[in-house]
Amino acid sequence: MSAPFSGQASPVSVLALKDVLLVTLQGELHDGMAEQLQQDITERIANNKVTGVVIDISGVEIIDSFLGRVLAEIASITELLAARTVLCGMRPAVAITLVELGLSLPGLTTALDVDRAMELLARTAPAAPPGSEGRS
Amino acid sequence: MADSLRTGGTSLPIGSDADLAWVRQEVRQAAAELGFSLVQQTKLVTAASELARNTLVHGGGGELEITRLDRGSSLGLRLCFTDNGPGISDIELAMTDGYTTGGGLGLGLSGAKRLVPDFDLVTEPGAGTTITVTAWVYTVPSARLEAP
Repeated sequence: MSAPFSGQASPVSVLALKDVLLVTLQGELHDGMAEQLQQDITERIANNKVTGVVIDISGVEIIDSFLGRVLAEIASITELLAARTVLCGMRPAVAITLVELGLSLPGLTTALDVDRAMELLARTAPAAPPGSEGRS
Repeated sequence: MADSLRTGGTSLPIGSDADLAWVRQEVRQAAAELGFSLVQQTKLVTAASELARNTLVHGGGGELEITRLDRGSSLGLRLCFTDNGPGISDIELAMTDGYTTGGGLGLGLSGAKRLVPDFDLVTEPGAGTTITVTAWVYTVPSARLEAP
């Protein structure tokens, strides 16, 4: 955890890797920060050529209905902006809790870790019309 | 649980979303210290987060009292959320999945209730709401010998 500040480390980092935004969430996320993140991601997709967003939540100990809703909304919004979101690294205890809470987040694409999320995006990424590829 | 013994409590204010983060941390720490499993901890902290947000959004703020319980054979944690807000006029409706007046998903109360074994809601229109949840550490029959 190479956080820029000690103590109150920023719980969000956003990294652009070619056309994919890698968003890493870590520890405690205030409601306001989650909403800010939603805005930031949306603006970066609109302004850059981002076609995919990977949200790594392996460092998140708790997802309540608020954060769950924000994550699901990010996925829906990116879809409208012609990008895809993959949520990865959910802890087993978080998954168990979310389902019991009643928040199974249908429609959200998930992967076990960042590598697999990247692979998933690369495999399915450029939303090229069918037939336009495989012409080599 | 008349036989439960209070062993000290902590009181936390709930007045902002930073307080919600604080509530989550304090509940997590108390649950971990008492020996709750990771899944139990996660459920309890998530329920606390939902209920604290409820206190903040619907009750206009309030407080959480965390009490450690010891009834000899098992340890537990009691979380009591109190606000002096408008109260809940239709409890049954408020406990329904998907019902919301706060713009959320309507899972706060109903979801939190599913996450904890013991859930008690006392409310009166105009007189605020008090929600108490209690959870006990599951004790494995073949316990290892450990220093107390």
